[in-house]
Amino acid sequence: MTDNNSPATNAAGTSIEMKETAGLSQGQLVRKRFFRHRAANISLAYLGLIILFVFTAGGIHLGNKDMPITVPGWWHLTINDMSEVAISHSDSGQLLIGAPTLDLNPFDGNGVSLGAHPFGQDTIGHDYFALVIRGAQQSIMVMLVVGLIGGLMGTIIGAISGYFRGATDSILMRFTDLIITIPTVIIGSVIGARLGNLGVFPLALFLGLFAWTGLARLVRGEFLTLREREFVDAARVAGASAGRIIFKHILPNAMGVIIVSVTLLLSGAILLETALSYVGFGVQSPDVSLGTLISQYQDSFQASPWLFWWPGFFIISIALSVNFIGDGLRDAFDPRQKRKLSRKDLVQAKQIEKN
Amino acid sequence: MLAFIGRRIAISFLILFGSSFLVYNMEAIAGDPLASLAESSARNKAYLISRLTAQLQLDVPPPARYFIWLKGVLGVFVGDLDFGKTRQGGAVLELIGSAVPVTLRLVTAATVLAIILGISIGVLSAIRQYSRLDYSMTFVSFLFFSLPVFWIAVLLKQYFAIGFNDFLADGQVTTPFMIVIPLALGLIIAGFIGGERKRFWISYGSAAVGLFALINLLNLMNWFQNPGLGIVLVFLFSAGAGIVVAGLTMGFDHKIARNAALSVAALGAVLYVPFNMIPGHWLNLGLLALLGVIAVVVGVFTAGFWAKEDRSALRRIGGLTAFITGLFLIVDKLMQVWNPYVNSDAISGRPVPTISAANDLMDSHNYWWQLLDVLLHLLLPTLGIMLISFAGYVRYARSSLLEVMNMDYIRTARAKGLTERTVVVRHALRNAMIPLTTLIAFDLSGLIGGAFITESIYGWKGMGTIFLQAVSSQDLNLLMGVFFLTSFLAVMGNLLADLAYSALDPRIRMGK
Repeated sequence: MTDNNSPATNAAGTSIEMKETAGLSQGQLVRKRFFRHRAANISLAYLGLIILFVFTAGGIHLGNKDMPITVPGWWHLTINDMSEVAISHSDSGQLLIGAPTLDLNPFDGNGVSLGAHPFGQDTIGHDYFALVIRGAQQSIMVMLVVGLIGGLMGTIIGAISGYFRGATDSILMRFTDLIITIPTVIIGSVIGARLGNLGVFPLALFLGLFAWTGLARLVRGEFLTLREREFVDAARVAGASAGRIIFKHILPNAMGVIIVSVTLLLSGAILLETALSYVGFGVQSPDVSLGTLISQYQDSFQASPWLFWWPGFFIISIALSVNFIGDGLRDAFDPRQKRKLSRKDLVQAKQIEKN
Repeated sequence: MLAFIGRRIAISFLILFGSSFLVYNMEAIAGDPLASLAESSARNKAYLISRLTAQLQLDVPPPARYFIWLKGVLGVFVGDLDFGKTRQGGAVLELIGSAVPVTLRLVTAATVLAIILGISIGVLSAIRQYSRLDYSMTFVSFLFFSLPVFWIAVLLKQYFAIGFNDFLADGQVTTPFMIVIPLALGLIIAGFIGGERKRFWISYGSAAVGLFALINLLNLMNWFQNPGLGIVLVFLFSAGAGIVVAGLTMGFDHKIARNAALSVAALGAVLYVPFNMIPGHWLNLGLLALLGVIAVVVGVFTAGFWAKEDRSALRRIGGLTAFITGLFLIVDKLMQVWNPYVNSDAISGRPVPTISAANDLMDSHNYWWQLLDVLLHLLLPTLGIMLISFAGYVRYARSSLLEVMNMDYIRTARAKGLTERTVVVRHALRNAMIPLTTLIAFDLSGLIGGAFITESIYGWKGMGTIFLQAVSSQDLNLLMGVFFLTSFLAVMGNLLADLAYSALDPRIRMGK
């Protein structure tokens, strides 16, 4: 273990940082620090691939029953297609019903192939790949809509509250307190049970309307300190309007807090949606979500475990990569953070000292 | 201060009023309690509808009906609290009253364990920032953070309960596990010990070999079917725990602290025989708690007896050691009843249950049997809740301690030559825990309503189950009862968190 707190390495770290940050804007610095965070980068690429995969495979389905807008994907089966359940035997002779045909082992002579039903079939013959892909689409959609609405509302309410202070602040913050006292699961269940059958968009919309409170408080706190800074005074003296100061001067400086907390909101949203769908208060059948898939097939874990593993794999993949991206962003936006010095850095630091 | 608290409470009540008004009307407008009746084909449909309408006062428009409901709730001030009636006609208050203890039993242990475990691992992770341990703990906590609770519950049922029961049927660790378990556990132990690469491999190797030998020994002794600690192990374990407690509080080279802890542990070992002579059917939870309190008091006095200076710190060590020793005594006692319990007719060899809060078939007046039964039923849900909420504490404890460790006064403490233990435990940790207390106060208040998925998975009839039932049967009064209790606790938790914060951190002034 290298000792990160010794004076020598501290001085070396500082001199490297000085050299690295010379002549860079805030955005460039953040980007640079973010791309140095390995876990966050891998997660970003991974999440991108998952989203790409899910939406190209399943196609895009918008609109309602009467006026569907559909772009077909590259996977030929949909969630409504049914075929005979394939019956096979495992190597140990166990009877398998609707087993997955996905073959990822390149050395068994058949190469890598998807087969007829890559993730297998459910008990009545639906293609499970199509179901899981559709469920993942729904969950991602809910996550994004909740993040967007919650993020926008939280930012705006927090910004107004923190910038104008006084009576506006009191009213808005008491309103925030009011919404915070309603536990998310409770309001989520009520919304889901009553609006779940309208489709996934209204559900996400209403969940978003109750998801902004934490962010609003954070943004308010940030605005309260930032509005006292000299650059805000300068803008005010120069005659900038309140809107301009809020959006052009203060908001860019509060971006770090907002982005980090929105990523937390995103991973929370996907877990909330799947949990609500699991207990039957989220996405309603005939549509599917990752949560409904798990709740529907958890009892067939013994006979056909893939019905349980695949939806879980997608939930965890999405939530985990969003969390890691959030962690990377937090580090990138934190100017005080010290990173571990690599061997290359130490060599570099010695060279700086020599010159 | 009093004026501040008074104002805060007044505002809290206004907020509660607002949020309950909002939820009441939302639910009353969105969900039609007559919908299921309207679709029914019962011949007396009209009568049923009119009866339910009269019973729930559905002819009153929702905003006005809210005030009827509120009048019942405000009855608490004249000693007549009334949450209204459910659709079936039962009192909501009664239903909630029976559900709260169930939920509390479910979540208390899980939360306490999650807090203790989460904070200790977070602290360790922060002290060894950027070490192997830190990286793996970061990954593990993110992973648990991203796990859906219902998903992990299914896995626990499958592998932990069913797998463990299958294992117990035979009681012998099979060869593949005998190799895999030491390798995996050894890695964890070595990770916690830490150190340079060479030291890591040495500790890994010795831990793995030691565990391998231990499992073999336990196999030979048939320990898994007939477990127990015995007086010697109880003493050794509590002595070890005492030394650790003494070491963390007063330093590992502090002889008096160590001797005080050891004397308390020895006293516990002496009491082993009389404790085991207490007949099982005499005991109950209250009596056991009383014994625990007596043990702690005795521990405090025994340790205080050693003191020449620092009496209060020594007493703390004594009390804590006595508490841990008591836990070991209880564990030993539970292990003694394990074999007869598992082989009894009600259990028939499959002790880890996957559903319900207690075994109805078992009728035994032996308290240890009942305790073991309750604990085994708690096992899976506790593990599930703990794994998920512990992750948050790890992250918070880590970042909070890291922030404090970069402060100037820590540098001062180091510069005046204090040991690293003193710097971390006395100077850094206390300040790092301040933001955590607010988190804990807030989390505790959210517990009652927070475990509803876990409850429904394991079939516990707590608040969560009631709530789900209320939503799906559109039972407005029942739903409002659950909602009001949870949000009341949330508001109070928030207030408590603020007060705790100002009490712990003198820089923060309340009021004015």
